[in-house]
Amino acid sequence: MTGMNLRRAYAVFLRYMMLLRGSPQRVFQIVVWGALDLVLWGFLTKYLAEIGGATLGIIPTLLGAVIFLEFTTRAHQGTSTPALEDIWSNNLLNYFASPLKIGEYILGLFAASVVTSALSLAVLLAVALFAFGFTFSIGLVLLGYLAVLFIFGIALGVFGVCIVLRFGPSGEWWVWPLTALLSPFMGVFYPLAVLPEWMQTIGYLLPPTYVFEGMRAILLGTESPGGLLLGFILSLVYLALSYGVFALVFRSVVRSGMLSRHSAESV
Amino acid sequence: MSVLSVKDLRKEYKNTVAVDRVSFTVGAGEIVGLLGPNGAGKTTTINMLLGVLEPSEGSVAIDGIDIRSDRSAAIARTNFSAVYAHLPGNLTVYQNLRIFSLIYDVPHATERIEEMIVEYELERFRNTKSGVLSSGEQTRLGLAKAMLNKPKLLLLDEPTASLDPSTANTVRKKMSSIVKTGESGILWTSHNMNEVEEVCDRVLFLSHGKILLEGDPKTLASEHGKKNLEELFITVAREPLSLDL
Repeated sequence: MTGMNLRRAYAVFLRYMMLLRGSPQRVFQIVVWGALDLVLWGFLTKYLAEIGGATLGIIPTLLGAVIFLEFTTRAHQGTSTPALEDIWSNNLLNYFASPLKIGEYILGLFAASVVTSALSLAVLLAVALFAFGFTFSIGLVLLGYLAVLFIFGIALGVFGVCIVLRFGPSGEWWVWPLTALLSPFMGVFYPLAVLPEWMQTIGYLLPPTYVFEGMRAILLGTESPGGLLLGFILSLVYLALSYGVFALVFRSVVRSGMLSRHSAESV
Repeated sequence: MSVLSVKDLRKEYKNTVAVDRVSFTVGAGEIVGLLGPNGAGKTTTINMLLGVLEPSEGSVAIDGIDIRSDRSAAIARTNFSAVYAHLPGNLTVYQNLRIFSLIYDVPHATERIEEMIVEYELERFRNTKSGVLSSGEQTRLGLAKAMLNKPKLLLLDEPTASLDPSTANTVRKKMSSIVKTGESGILWTSHNMNEVEEVCDRVLFLSHGKILLEGDPKTLASEHGKKNLEELFITVAREPLSLDL
């Protein structure tokens, strides 16, 4: 067995960059929805703070939460969207009837997500700064938080690709809302302690929970950031798990013949 | 030397045997026609050769490399063009060739892409999105992509199906000249029996997943008491048991 060929991973990455370069509407969906969310939440929290006499920390914690949640969503969709583009253009057969290995394919998706997530984050931070005067004043731990969210987002993206591979193009409708489906358990806008016990248990299994809890703790000055290391380890576990599930699903669709007739609506 | 060696290849779904213990070879310098009616198992066989469908039993070796022991290395020695696998329509002709030159790790890719663009008469479509090309132009693009890596084994699934007679004739001549170098072989499926007779050195007739007949396309029909290959094809499709095997 030969090792990973970075040129092939680069091809997967380059194909998506070529699509983005020639298509402003694709770039639009990467930057605009998150910014729109941020504007809505930003003005809502500003209003709530004015009428409710909320504590000083409410605006930064909510804006910080929106930015982190959106960043996770972008990392997730930044991984699954290039794969969906391959499905929409019937390109899977061309790819997988070639020497391309699944590790190279996933690495290409990962690289594409780095670019789109970074672009989205830059826009979010700019909007937060210029519209609400918000900056993340949490120090270097911010980089750790972003790493946890990015890795977990990538893992969700790979899980999303598995769903589409396994269930056919209609599985796409499960891919888009994956982050949103998990968000109630992650304590995005509220402390985990307000959730029922069973929801807390699920929450503790999700890496972003440690980021949202930690960020709130720092911004409200209640305690030092805890759980970052645990969140980081958990996100790596999810990433490894997503790769393993992808390999299993790929094997299964190669055995069943679904890969070779993937352009057809299958289930 | 065989560029493709298939032994006892079988694909079984729940209640159906799509391909049933098929064995054959394709030699370097040879064009082998894989013929049969719709549903005979041709595309299933090709999908197994390309590694996108796992055989239930049997083995496939491309240029001596078993596809199960090193799929990527085996597939790197092949390439394919099929009417059902057009290249992404949202990339230009040049972009598509660039992407697949990276995927197939083509040495001196820039020069090779230019050669293919000229050889398959795609110059004026270089910056055109391939989705807006006519089906014949898309077929030419598919062939250009298939030849990028100078494959040892070329799999062509109805390569001239959407081409006008003149272009189809050019493609047949090109493919024949490619194998004449003696370095590569082609497995060719087609429903055009005149074409098969013109280009193939040997044909395999598949029926219900089995190889029913094998031989020289120029003599096979008369060996089975038929006027021509087309008549033989119709018999294989309609009444395979009536054949004197």
